[in-house]
Amino acid sequence: MINLSRTAIAFIAVLIVGTAAAPVYAMHISEGILPMGWAVLWFLASLPFVVLGLRNLRIRSEKEPHFKALVGLVGAGVFVISCMPIPVPIAGTCSHPCGTGLAAILIGPSISVVVSSVALLLQALFLAHGGLTTLGANIFSMGVAGSFVGYGIFVLSRRMGLSFVVAAFLAGVLSDWATYSTTSFILTGALHADTSFWKMFVTILLAFVPTQVPLGILEGFLSAGAYTFVHSRRPEYLGILVKGDAV
Amino acid sequence: MKRRMIILGLIIVFGIGAALLSSHKAEWSGVDDSVVKKFAEQAGRPPSEPYINIAQGDMELFFFLLAGIVGGFTAGYYYRELFPPEQKLVGHSTNV
Repeated sequence: MINLSRTAIAFIAVLIVGTAAAPVYAMHISEGILPMGWAVLWFLASLPFVVLGLRNLRIRSEKEPHFKALVGLVGAGVFVISCMPIPVPIAGTCSHPCGTGLAAILIGPSISVVVSSVALLLQALFLAHGGLTTLGANIFSMGVAGSFVGYGIFVLSRRMGLSFVVAAFLAGVLSDWATYSTTSFILTGALHADTSFWKMFVTILLAFVPTQVPLGILEGFLSAGAYTFVHSRRPEYLGILVKGDAV
Repeated sequence: MKRRMIILGLIIVFGIGAALLSSHKAEWSGVDDSVVKKFAEQAGRPPSEPYINIAQGDMELFFFLLAGIVGGFTAGYYYRELFPPEQKLVGHSTNV
């Protein structure tokens, strides 16, 4: 019987994740799609969340010695997850999960916005994934909407008495769907012109459905699994987030 | 051990499956082509070339591979810091 250590499994997983990463563009709005006015608007809309996240990162890093390492782990996870193409056989397309729902329930939604911003900036600069002018819009959809919806659903589910596994699952699913709904909203706002806003919004949203419904469910399982792992191994890392007090 | 074998099996199957399916580029394109790009072009705002264009030859593959490896090893480094391996007790039996 082959004796497989955790290190060996982790190494193989890293190797496969590394080599599986390939160019994929999904919720990221590419360079040049948004008119400059809309691009600036979404930068301004995202900025307060990034500032709040940086402030909370400093405060929590001073209080919790392990916190920087946890943010590093989550940040690397969000970066890799959000550029990993996942084929969806029923749709015949590929897309990627976002990881921000999971990030939000592990480190808090505002700090999740910061790690998303860093991941999106690196992707825009070095992977031609997203864009520099559309960075604000992408931060808003993946970072702000994904993180705050995921975290809100998690807290709400816990207050309704659902187990943390179910709460984490719902957070993952709905954060993914919230991200793509926000992307649809951003695109419609900038591009609808003479077309009815709601008609175009629903059309874009429905176009995402065949790919993102199964992928959102997959992200739900990912979130539930990862949260359960941390909760069972090191519940102290989750700190005040277990009670749902952190922002 | 059984659990580890199952996890490893799933990782390998998922990795190979993803690689095989991703090789059919025309059929398995990202939703950017089927959704975002389509609506942007209809509205007269097709995506422009990125400021740093890595889509030249195999450069794109290189950068994505590098990103996956750097991201994976960064995650692994912090994972080990947060969840260090359990200390194994080394038993020294004495035949005295």
